[in-house]
Amino acid sequence: MDILMILAEAARSAVGPVAAIYALAAVGLNLHFGYTGLLNFGQVGFMLVGAYGVGISVAVFDLPVLVGFLVGLGCALVLALLLGIPTLRLRADYLAITTIAAAEVLRLVYRAGFAEPVTNGVYGLQNLSSGFREVNPFDAGGRYGFGAMTFTGNQMWLMTVTWGLVAVFALFTWMLIHSPWGRVIKGVREDEDAVRSLGKNVFAYKMQALVLGGLIGALAGAMLAVHQGAIQPDQFKPQVTFFLWVILLLGGAGRVFGPIIGSMAFWFLMNFTDGFLKGLGREGLLPFLEGPDYGAIQLAFVGLLLVLLIVFRPQGLIGDRKEMLINVK
Amino acid sequence: MSSDEVDTSAAVEVDRMADAVAEPGSPKSDPILVADGVKRSFGGLTAVDVNHLEVQRGTITALIGPNGAGKSTFFNLLTGFDRVDQGRWTFEGRPINGRRGHQVARAGMVRTFQLTKALTRMTVLDNMLLGAQGQLGERMVGAFLRPMWRSQEQANTERAMELLERFKLVDKRQDMAGSLSGGQRKLLEMARALMTDPGMIMLDEPMAGVNPALVQSLLQHITSLRDEGKTVLFVEHDMDVIMGISDWIVVLAQGGVIAEGRPSDIRSDQQVIDAYLGAQEVEGESGESGDE
Repeated sequence: MDILMILAEAARSAVGPVAAIYALAAVGLNLHFGYTGLLNFGQVGFMLVGAYGVGISVAVFDLPVLVGFLVGLGCALVLALLLGIPTLRLRADYLAITTIAAAEVLRLVYRAGFAEPVTNGVYGLQNLSSGFREVNPFDAGGRYGFGAMTFTGNQMWLMTVTWGLVAVFALFTWMLIHSPWGRVIKGVREDEDAVRSLGKNVFAYKMQALVLGGLIGALAGAMLAVHQGAIQPDQFKPQVTFFLWVILLLGGAGRVFGPIIGSMAFWFLMNFTDGFLKGLGREGLLPFLEGPDYGAIQLAFVGLLLVLLIVFRPQGLIGDRKEMLINVK
Repeated sequence: MSSDEVDTSAAVEVDRMADAVAEPGSPKSDPILVADGVKRSFGGLTAVDVNHLEVQRGTITALIGPNGAGKSTFFNLLTGFDRVDQGRWTFEGRPINGRRGHQVARAGMVRTFQLTKALTRMTVLDNMLLGAQGQLGERMVGAFLRPMWRSQEQANTERAMELLERFKLVDKRQDMAGSLSGGQRKLLEMARALMTDPGMIMLDEPMAGVNPALVQSLLQHITSLRDEGKTVLFVEHDMDVIMGISDWIVVLAQGGVIAEGRPSDIRSDQQVIDAYLGAQEVEGESGESGDE
């Protein structure tokens, strides 16, 4: 077993397209939960409408990919309004229940038989990345990087755009949070009645945060569609949302760089444990496990690491422990 | 007792109530808040049923009553934090019934809470700045245009510092509000409410859970608010405190106003004594849900 190879492969995935996409979606979730305190357990729903905005526009209606992005963003806006209007006046837990259910409902609707003319049901949509790759400034067939850290031209282009979006929205978050608007948002997270008693329209602020974070999530979904070139409803299971929460808590909620660090660390760990287990298996050190069991063991191992993190570093990798330890109520 | 000192200095000097009559629903010469027929019931229980109430401008008015009298509910109704079944009320002559909490606050009637709501994971200064009204940077688009709100932010910070100075919290300005003691949080909440520059300030049990040493300082702050021309309406349990600083006392029992008057009138009112001592046990049990 070559531990260096495994480490290199894990490091490669930490900066790769998937880590970038999850970082972007987690930036949106950070705006929801980290700053506004909204319990959104359906971020994958925003990713789904973003991905299918691109998918349906490109594969079914033969529109340019940029139009697909706009359609995805429009759908996310509608979804945020639909989720927010009935629930944001209520206590925080209602939004949590509604979002987790709505994301599942969306997935089931998109894979349902009656939606097949548009979504192609369980078979999903294919050939989504050609428009995006046409404007690729990198040499599509070329290899970039060194050693194990090598990416194809298409991957480079996707990583550039996605990490670029992550940077833009991290800056965007920073600017918002260091403004009076951000102060109100953080106040809402601490105690919305107090903020309301000071003359702020709490509902409007929560709605703005929900819409913004949702739009960022939809962008991540759209990038996922062009990255994979094909999408399928069942890849938008609640598991994705939970990964995003893990990423956010791992990095540090309420920190601008929290979701970015979190995503890189998360995908590093996922791929490292995967490679490590497979390596052990090849050496014959895991005779009691079949190949398919590795996935379960790997998730359990990552879960254990996260439990340890919560116990010993509850504020996440870059969170502020002092802030964390203050009794909220 | 020390609260008696406040008593003599406040009540004897001037009678701010002009010639208001000590009876429920009595008219005032210059009312800032007028409420009519305010009703709220929870299921079969009528928590609040106030026929008529006027609050005189520039005075300290206390709202008292036994547990379950509906004081806090009435407070929540007036400030838009709870919905009435029926009733109208005006603030500065403009009707504000049916408005939501933030709209009432913008109209100039600002409240505090019985359970102090310091925004714990924000600094004391940020808590204060949140109180400032009409901030351009609080709009989402405005947030990106730093040059547009920088001077406003500076002016607000200066005002916040003055208030913090006054409430002796200025050394704590960069501390998290969650690190303050209970009494300091009460002070912060009051200072933050003042930051909105209200015409009337509504204090829900400002002395609850505050140590006796700080009670005096809180009382002084409340009287100085009145002396600056602000109207104060507050809910309180402690009779000594109320008698000491109030210009006018409104007694609530079972949701309705049973008596109104100067502290001297209330002290000798038989109905009030009954409500507090005689009938308290019975009411305390039956009406608990009306008052938090």
